[in-house]
Amino acid sequence: MDRAEVDSRIRSLIEPFNKKGVTITDDTTFAGDLEFDSLTVMDFVAAIEDEFDIIISMNQQAEIEKYGQLVDAVCKLADD
Amino acid sequence: MSEGISQPDQPEPHPGEGKDLFSKFDSLIGQRQALLDSGLEDPFNLVMEKVLSPTRAICNGRETILLGTYNYMGMTFDPEVVAAGQKALADFGSGTTGSRVLNGTYQGHRECEDALREFYGMDHAMVFSTGYQANLGIISTIAGKGDYVVLDIDSHASIWDGCALGNAEIVPFKHNDIEAMEKRLRRIPEEAGKLVVLEGVYSMLGDIAPLKEMVAVAKKYGAMVLVDEAHSMGFIGENGRGVVETAGVIDDVDFIIGTFSKSVGTVGGFCVSNHPKFEIMRLVCRPYVFTASLPPSVVATAATSIRKLMHGSNKRAHLWENSRTLHAGLKELGFQLGTDTPESAIIAVIMPDLERGAAMWEALLKEGLYVNLARPPATPANMTLLRCSLCAEHSSEQVETILDMFERAGKATGIIG
Repeated sequence: MDRAEVDSRIRSLIEPFNKKGVTITDDTTFAGDLEFDSLTVMDFVAAIEDEFDIIISMNQQAEIEKYGQLVDAVCKLADD
Repeated sequence: MSEGISQPDQPEPHPGEGKDLFSKFDSLIGQRQALLDSGLEDPFNLVMEKVLSPTRAICNGRETILLGTYNYMGMTFDPEVVAAGQKALADFGSGTTGSRVLNGTYQGHRECEDALREFYGMDHAMVFSTGYQANLGIISTIAGKGDYVVLDIDSHASIWDGCALGNAEIVPFKHNDIEAMEKRLRRIPEEAGKLVVLEGVYSMLGDIAPLKEMVAVAKKYGAMVLVDEAHSMGFIGENGRGVVETAGVIDDVDFIIGTFSKSVGTVGGFCVSNHPKFEIMRLVCRPYVFTASLPPSVVATAATSIRKLMHGSNKRAHLWENSRTLHAGLKELGFQLGTDTPESAIIAVIMPDLERGAAMWEALLKEGLYVNLARPPATPANMTLLRCSLCAEHSSEQVETILDMFERAGKATGIIG
């Protein structure tokens, strides 16, 4: 799956969680810019896991702070 | 130290040249101060000056009914339990001063493990110094690098800390959601080791897990299953073995974790299992090895209490009656509760926010009733809860008194109309 496709699918998934309508770039942070709390993170991660049929363990989540890192991680996990 | 001579011309010391490591707690300190400045009694600094029985104490100078102690079966003042502790204290001294694997295993520790094996009908039992350490030790030790722990998002802190201490991949799923759990198990590489961690009763809302279905799903994917029965032991199930017993899955779970600090009425934790290699845990489980064992009096009280709990069916029946009466009464008064029907001996009353929850907590305390104030981040969905835990020693009259107190306090604080 190419990065552009992963990016566009995650962009549509993130919409209902992006309550303030923040403009999303690869450098957008989940905790800072999007103000995701732990419950939002769980629901958002579950939505991505279901969309791509992957698992993003909490250990992997800990490495992901920015939107671009998430897209990269999902590309890699979906290819495995 | 001081000679009493003031030295005003000394330069003022400058704290905070480097980064103050406590600055990360500033928002919590501020929140707590705001609560205290509003004139409320500190909900997290209550002192029991005298304990009169499993259900009554003198708290902050007032005689108080205890409805937040997890002392489900009221064993803390049982004469046989107290006598066993006194005898062990006299015969074996005040403490073991040693690890279970060195000089800290006395006859009493063995007898306590024998009692647990009998209670659960299992081959192995291992006693830890606290329930927290039992989860911490077992989870972090059996799930290693490359293994997966699949757990409910509302799991107790000791389960999360067991995950954090170990090196396994941690995969949470939505609370009590069988489908979400199955999806995650299905996506884990087939050859990986898998541990599913569940609780019989979730202590925040007092709801129980659908163990029959969840254990079946876990087994389908070749996962081992650990169930924490801290809040059900002694009470739920025909023999008080917990939700695993009611759900008929006790033979399918690999590990049951429990505690002595609730129904058993003292302190300590344990794991029981039928795994043929279980005994090796005593050598490899660090929270078991690198801490002192329980004092002889504690294991003696625990063993006596556990044996009495095997025959506690009348007390169990009365506790269910208390739980049903309180649940129905609070619902009738218009309080919002954590579960639609009483599922355990915990009844959680949902408060609109922390401020009003703290006000209600204080109003109840002034009425002479102690409940737990639970607040984020310990609670699911950032709720503020007044958590009530019933005791088999609460009389039916006490439960009626408790309902009257809730009615007056609820109206005074505007929680109910």
